[in-house]
Amino acid sequence: MSELVEKNKSKPGKSAKKRGISGEKSLWWMYLPAVLFVTVFIVYPFMDGVRISFTDWNGFSQSFNFVGLEQYTRMFNDPTTWTVIRNTLLYGIGSTILQNALGLFYALLLNNQIKFRTVTRTIVYLPVIISPLIMGYIFYLFFAFQNGALNDALMFFGFDSINALGNADINPYIIVLVNTYQFVGIAMIIYLAGLQGISKDFYEAAEIDGATAFQQFKKITLPMLAPSITINVVINIIGGLKLFDVIVALTGGGPGNASQSSSTFMYDLYFSRQDAGYAATQGVLVAFIILILSLLALWYFKRKEIEA
Amino acid sequence: MIQNKKKGLLTLLAILVAALHAIPFYILITTSLKTRGDFSSRWAIPEYFTLENFTIAWQEANLGPAFVNSFIITFFAAVLLIFIGSLAAYPLARRNTKLNKAAMMFFIAIMVVPPLTALVPLYQLVVDIGMLNTRTIAILNNVAAFLPLTIFLYSGFIRSTIPKELEEAAKIDGASTIGIFFRVVFPLLKPVTASVLIIACVFIWNDYQFAIFFLQSSDVQTLTVAMASFFGENQNNLGLVAAAAFMAMIPMAILFLFLQKYFIAGLSSGAVKG
Repeated sequence: MSELVEKNKSKPGKSAKKRGISGEKSLWWMYLPAVLFVTVFIVYPFMDGVRISFTDWNGFSQSFNFVGLEQYTRMFNDPTTWTVIRNTLLYGIGSTILQNALGLFYALLLNNQIKFRTVTRTIVYLPVIISPLIMGYIFYLFFAFQNGALNDALMFFGFDSINALGNADINPYIIVLVNTYQFVGIAMIIYLAGLQGISKDFYEAAEIDGATAFQQFKKITLPMLAPSITINVVINIIGGLKLFDVIVALTGGGPGNASQSSSTFMYDLYFSRQDAGYAATQGVLVAFIILILSLLALWYFKRKEIEA
Repeated sequence: MIQNKKKGLLTLLAILVAALHAIPFYILITTSLKTRGDFSSRWAIPEYFTLENFTIAWQEANLGPAFVNSFIITFFAAVLLIFIGSLAAYPLARRNTKLNKAAMMFFIAIMVVPPLTALVPLYQLVVDIGMLNTRTIAILNNVAAFLPLTIFLYSGFIRSTIPKELEEAAKIDGASTIGIFFRVVFPLLKPVTASVLIIACVFIWNDYQFAIFFLQSSDVQTLTVAMASFFGENQNNLGLVAAAAFMAMIPMAILFLFLQKYFIAGLSSGAVKG
């Protein structure tokens, strides 16, 4: 904090020099409130989280010990960590792939001049504005073992009912599906906007050259949509890796820790297991994963855009 | 002829997509209308009509006070966001000094930080300053969480669409910087303010992750927290859960249906954060 104030204090001299050339002042006081807000509520806690990850703090007592890297070795030896990482990546990358594939398909379909396209768009988009927690409960009605809609349908067709939410082999995939259902609307809208930005001339020229529909899609549509793909992939990855509400609503992270994501696991560690130091260590890990993956995605797709 | 056939096929496909996406809402409605003893298939429309679940859920889930809390938190957080965010964005968009470039980088970098990593220490901070279970802390925290995106949207808009000449003319007339901002620039920011308002309202209204940490006592609970505890108590009475979920999603859904165009434009412009 004091460093920040110092920075601002030392600045007028510098900007005065700059003023001489371009007539500009920084007007830093206009963004000082914003800097304060973000520093107090995000930067400081984030830094403090890193400090706590080196302690054995239980989350409420006054005393704790610095234990060096103990929490980190514990984390890498904890089998739950790997379940959690696998799930977090599944939620992040799985939802991203599904949302983009489906979103692009819906956009291509609804970009045609057909009846019901506005209604369909509205229905696909509506879940985006509903709380993910409530969406989770709505899907609970669907997947519940006792009198859930899925089992009602299975029984009607003569199959055995399944305990989808209680089955560790299935429920992470259900969570991906629900998250995809909820946010595919955003991908669809971004792709629709991208499609509307492609000039018809390209397709007409391709038509004259005798290109098939698939060739046109591969050589014109996909490359021209590259910026939309970048945005969609990055936001879907970030959103999926942070998944929390849907998991709480559908499985609570269970059975055991089978469907736990980093977010729900940290919540559990902190509030139910009084293991704040370890929760913070898991937090550092997920911050690291999110950072690496979003930078990778950004780098990969930006490069594609330039090539295209 | 071939064109028509293809169009018919595509229309059919669109209807299929719409039907598939409508299933959860259909199940929600049929379930919410059925009484406790009714174990008929969720797909079947009830043969009678009762709003019993709705009246019970409204009472027992404490939805009334929860609506008020959600509204207060969303409203004040949005107002503060617009004020602080637009004010911060102005110099960042207009004055290209080294300090301002660094500040812009700072705000963009913050957008990548997953809020969850900060939650544990943040919770402790909130306990230390004695603000746990206050609406104020929920407001302040939501403002902080959405400020970077707000600043990003405002500064992009100011840079690309507000002509500098207007401000220069006002300056020649002797207006102060703050006067220029509020009287000349701010009124021109309406489109982006609408986007910010929609993004902020949707996400703050729907927030559960922060709320479950900071608003656990029943008098300050928001809708999501109230829903979660109600679900915990009534897991075996899905009719009540469905009715409560239906009522909780209604305000946003209605707003969306009326202002669809703005919602889609607004949320897509904010999609950069997701």
